Amino acid sequence: MDKMPRWADIILVPFINLVLAFFVAGLVVLAIGQNPFDMIYFMIKGALGSTSGIGFTLYYATNYMFAGLAVAIAFHARMFNIGGEGQAGIGGIGVTLVLLAVDWPHWTIALPAAIIGGAIFGAAWAAIPAYLQAKRGSHIVVTTIMFNFIAAALLGYLLNGILKSPLSQNAESLGFPPGAHLPTAHEVLAPLGIAFSKSAPLNISFLLALFCAWGLWMLLWRTRLGYEIRAFGHNEKAATYAGISAVRVTIIAMLISGALAGMLAINVVMGEQERLIAGFVEGAGFVGIAVALMGRSHPFGIVLAALLFGMLTQGGFELLWEMPAISKEMVLVIQALIILFTGALDNMVREPLERLFIRMRKAQS
Amino acid sequence: MDMLLQIMLTMDMSIRLSVALLLACLAGLFSERAGVVDIGLEGKMLIAAFFAAAASFETGSAWLGILAGCAASLTFSMIHAVASITYRGNQLISGVAVNFLASGLTVVIGNAWYKKGGQTPTLSGDSRFYDITLPFADYLQNIPMPGPIYSELLSGHKAIVYIAYAAVPLAWWVLYRTRFGLRLRAVGENPASVDTAGISVVKMRYLALVIAGILCGIAGAYLSTAQAAGFGKEMTAGRGFIALAALIFAKWRPWQAMGACLLFGFLEAISNLYPNINVFGLFTIPVQFTQALPYILTVVILAGFVGKAIPPKAVGEPYVKER
Repeated sequence: MDKMPRWADIILVPFINLVLAFFVAGLVVLAIGQNPFDMIYFMIKGALGSTSGIGFTLYYATNYMFAGLAVAIAFHARMFNIGGEGQAGIGGIGVTLVLLAVDWPHWTIALPAAIIGGAIFGAAWAAIPAYLQAKRGSHIVVTTIMFNFIAAALLGYLLNGILKSPLSQNAESLGFPPGAHLPTAHEVLAPLGIAFSKSAPLNISFLLALFCAWGLWMLLWRTRLGYEIRAFGHNEKAATYAGISAVRVTIIAMLISGALAGMLAINVVMGEQERLIAGFVEGAGFVGIAVALMGRSHPFGIVLAALLFGMLTQGGFELLWEMPAISKEMVLVIQALIILFTGALDNMVREPLERLFIRMRKAQS
Repeated sequence: MDMLLQIMLTMDMSIRLSVALLLACLAGLFSERAGVVDIGLEGKMLIAAFFAAAASFETGSAWLGILAGCAASLTFSMIHAVASITYRGNQLISGVAVNFLASGLTVVIGNAWYKKGGQTPTLSGDSRFYDITLPFADYLQNIPMPGPIYSELLSGHKAIVYIAYAAVPLAWWVLYRTRFGLRLRAVGENPASVDTAGISVVKMRYLALVIAGILCGIAGAYLSTAQAAGFGKEMTAGRGFIALAALIFAKWRPWQAMGACLLFGFLEAISNLYPNINVFGLFTIPVQFTQALPYILTVVILAGFVGKAIPPKAVGEPYVKER
């Protein structure tokens, strides 16, 4: 029999964790002499107060969905993929190579090709740590951390060398052909008579991320492979005994994880910047860890958590204008506290609650 | 002679750049030998660097700066300890949180105090560490071979440099020649047996993280009050992860850790002094390759193609008493 009812497990515990995280963040704001409620007001206003704000919020949320889903599938196979940052960066190279190779006539043709490019490059970057974990026993956390740095160096090398645009002083590639332009929210919604901000970078990749979330749910809970991955994650020994190959599950889960991280590049490189710029991932790969933890590795939870983190990011930028005393790095503090309370200090809330529920049940019977 | 001078300059710089790595690496050594994975080295160094710079600026004393840095780093180490030892949370996730928290807090607090986008004011005079000239360095300078090595290479560093290198034999002695060290290593290999012997696993692991916190504190203080003159946003720049790499490279042993940190310090010195190295006019080694080399070497070592690195057996697993 479960120690806690299901609703307490999936709603109450994360909610209390979130409240604790925001409470401590509020204390930090108080400590630097600012009003935490003003901060929350301006952040929500900045994130949701205009179509431009909403556009930026959903744009960031798109990144976090890809990154969160990537971390989650690895979590299900009991692996911690810290390499989303590097896999997304390498995915960006794949997207760029595909989009610069041909003068694409229309985005509907360019998008699938770019998805394949980004996914394959991202997956390939995850494949090496996966292979080393499955076959050579080297811990995936350490290798993926190392691969983040190697990816950054590789990206820097290519963007100062063969991929560098001769037209620019900066470390960036040539712009993509106009046919590879993804429709933005403004362009999609204008014919329907809805006025949406022109400046917001929200584009069609948002729908792609939602589709990926649905696809991952189908994979994990409706296919044999998904069952194998979850079984392996629950109990490695039992799964191996039941004939599930550890090597196969490890490598496949990491390939999917890397591919999802690589697709983050579709949103940023293809959808927003329309060229490859060094350091374009901007830490989104790491935010994915917080998103996956907050969303309890369930695609639906991840979509919600990504929206929350998208709001935080956009709201944080808005603070720059409204409350200059609080830097936008306050968002990092909030993210850190959410990771700490939902991820590492989970037992602090869970254990007393479990005892409480058991006592209530005894009192009833 | 010019060649010799170049070599001396590079070696001198390697020593300077290896100090923070070495202290952080020893911090990781104590923590991981006790069975607690510490990917929060980076964050602990960063928060220590900030508070060390702020305290030395306010008090005018670099030594008080170190104290403040150690206190900050120790606080973060205890957050990690509470999460991963007391509440048996995931040590990796806790480490990630520590890193994020440090990058955020240093800028938020720094900006609130000094309004310089996260930087602290530039330190000068007593709020920084002096170069220490070893005795007779001036006299021995003119003796041909050992003279310059003593007076240029070994003499003329900041106090923390000597502290860091003295910490290596000390760490070795504590780990391999004391009862405490034996218990610490045992807790990382087989906590259940240590528990059976009547020694508290929790206490040993907390002590390991206290040591790690102090060492990271000194490392951070070195970065902001000795190597540089003030704190800059994200000034640790991945050194905590290079230290982690050095720890694996050294297979969790103190003397080898010193070797690994000197090697990685040397690689950083090379990439600073000679960005693009041309090999016999045939091809150029790009600076990015030299920068990535510590990470590449670590992956190769981890993969076990060259001398397999085997971590302490119980590392990363929370200890649950009753089974």
